[in-house]
Amino acid sequence: MRLLVTIALTLLRAKLRQSIVAAGGVTFSIAMFVALLGFMNGLNQLLDGLILNRTPHVRLFNELHISARQPVERVGTQGDTAAHNFIRSLKPKDDLPRIRNAEAIMGALGKDQRVLSVTPRLVAQVLFNVGTTDLTGQVFGVDVMKEVRYYMFQDYLVAGDPYDIATSNNTIVLGKGLADLMAARIGDLVQVTTASGERTMLRVAGFFQSGIAEYDKVQSYANIKTVQKLLRRPPSYYTDINVKLHDLNKAPALAKELATRFRVQATDIQTANAQFETGTDVRTMISYAVGIVLLIVAGFGIYNILNMIIYEKLDTIAILKATGFSGSDVRRIFLLLSMIIGIVGATGGLVLGITLQHIIDNVPFNTAALPTVDTFPVDFSARYYFIAVSFALATTWVAGFFPARKAAHVDPVEIIRGK
Amino acid sequence: MNTTTPVLHVEKVNRSFHDPVDLHVLKDVDLRVERGEFVSITGKSGCGKSTLLYILSTMDTDYSGELYIDGEAAHQASKERLARIRNEKIGFVFQFHYLLPEFSVLHNVMLPGLKLGMKSSGEVEHRAMELLHELGIGDQALKKANQVSGGQKQRVAIARALINDPLIIMGDEPTGNLDSQNTGIVFDIFRRIANEHRRSLLIVTHDPDFAKRTDRIIEMDDGRIVR
Repeated sequence: MRLLVTIALTLLRAKLRQSIVAAGGVTFSIAMFVALLGFMNGLNQLLDGLILNRTPHVRLFNELHISARQPVERVGTQGDTAAHNFIRSLKPKDDLPRIRNAEAIMGALGKDQRVLSVTPRLVAQVLFNVGTTDLTGQVFGVDVMKEVRYYMFQDYLVAGDPYDIATSNNTIVLGKGLADLMAARIGDLVQVTTASGERTMLRVAGFFQSGIAEYDKVQSYANIKTVQKLLRRPPSYYTDINVKLHDLNKAPALAKELATRFRVQATDIQTANAQFETGTDVRTMISYAVGIVLLIVAGFGIYNILNMIIYEKLDTIAILKATGFSGSDVRRIFLLLSMIIGIVGATGGLVLGITLQHIIDNVPFNTAALPTVDTFPVDFSARYYFIAVSFALATTWVAGFFPARKAAHVDPVEIIRGK
Repeated sequence: MNTTTPVLHVEKVNRSFHDPVDLHVLKDVDLRVERGEFVSITGKSGCGKSTLLYILSTMDTDYSGELYIDGEAAHQASKERLARIRNEKIGFVFQFHYLLPEFSVLHNVMLPGLKLGMKSSGEVEHRAMELLHELGIGDQALKKANQVSGGQKQRVAIARALINDPLIIMGDEPTGNLDSQNTGIVFDIFRRIANEHRRSLLIVTHDPDFAKRTDRIIEMDDGRIVR
């Protein structure tokens, strides 16, 4: 085997320029594949993260609605007491949009093996009083430290300290758009009126920018206790429970299970954000297609050059066979030749590709929508290096296989006598 | 190895070409070559002498009849086995030297020995140098194969044929491309191989002077051995 490698290397050295061109094709395609997929997936993660990082995998909530089965329907449609439901304009009964027994539900979820985190939320519809005008808005009461840990809250906080917000009462973090409308600065007091008319003064402790301008004009965050006080509700009053799972794909099944178990509404991330997954899939598919086409083109390059080398080296093949090298030895020599080109090309391609990734990673990219990003995002995942290299090796093997088989079948008598 | 077994033995070998027209080239050829015999095959152009040689060399397998090399039935052997037989028991010298131009003279000689794998590469190299010195071209060992002269190339080819101590050396017009001085050198080497090394030689030639000086002349005409 070492002898065959030596022969392959010697033949390669004799045709150095063509070999370099062939390896260069592989290098180029691998580099492009790695750079393209890294960049594309970096963008995907960034864009998905914009929504997905902040979206719970399962959200439990309690919407007020009329009973699915009205009392009159319980009577039945048969017999003497038969009844028909023709009542319209039913209204839900007066109740609070809270989750009943929220503490117990959170306790149970906390023990579930599939669950990564459970965070409560309290949403309040409010009016911000600015002079004589009122701006409608929402205040999210959150457990700040948990939001930081599981929902990347600090990434969107452009001013203010999360710890400060978590520990001090009567503070609020305004959306950047909302703050601009109110001309509010940090430390200012803003007046908030709830839907039921209670007024409270809150101190501005920070600004956040989600990247989605419409949100930032109406949303604000506060410590959950602050919002409970704002609404004059007890400390166990929560409107939402957000659940993050270890495995995102289990969300739809778990949402169904939790909805029946706790008798609440539950939505999963896949249903809530179906369009993001589709977009991601399509982008990934296009990048793979382009990358694989590049590799196949490189494969044709190797195929051509190998065919040429074999054509020029018919004498060598004949003499190897005459002196006792078998057809399969010759086939192995040319397969090795192809694989050496592939391995050298792939190694060079990886180096070049990772270099390109680092260059892209350092290109400035500033956008108002993404406060935490100042250069292009790149995913440096080893998965792409692995895919690129294994696909390149497979391509070079196939590209080498047919010429090598041809070389194995060269009839030495024909070459030697034909001279 | 039994010393009474003929090195080479064929019975009723027939060979036809079908392209471009049907042509019966070899007709019931029988032949034996004993150990240490220096045999030449002569005949007119197209009489089938080269065709016979390539069948004997095991490279051409498209024939009918029986071929025994050192007692082993080569007509039944697999292609892999035939490659091994060529490597181990047969040495070749062609009209055009057929060295590998990418390799040095020394490596050209060593390759069949390395392929055989019976000796370490150091031993093969030592043996190759020995042969090159014996043939008077030891000083050319590290040159590329295409940098030495025609007569020297043919001697390199002979050294390569000898590297695995084969039972028989076959030559297809080995002196056909050489001047008379180099032809003399090559003949003397062949003679020495036969006498001193006790190797058999089977040389196809159309040079009557060369043939006359061999132990036995096989003359062919129209696909048959006539003498």
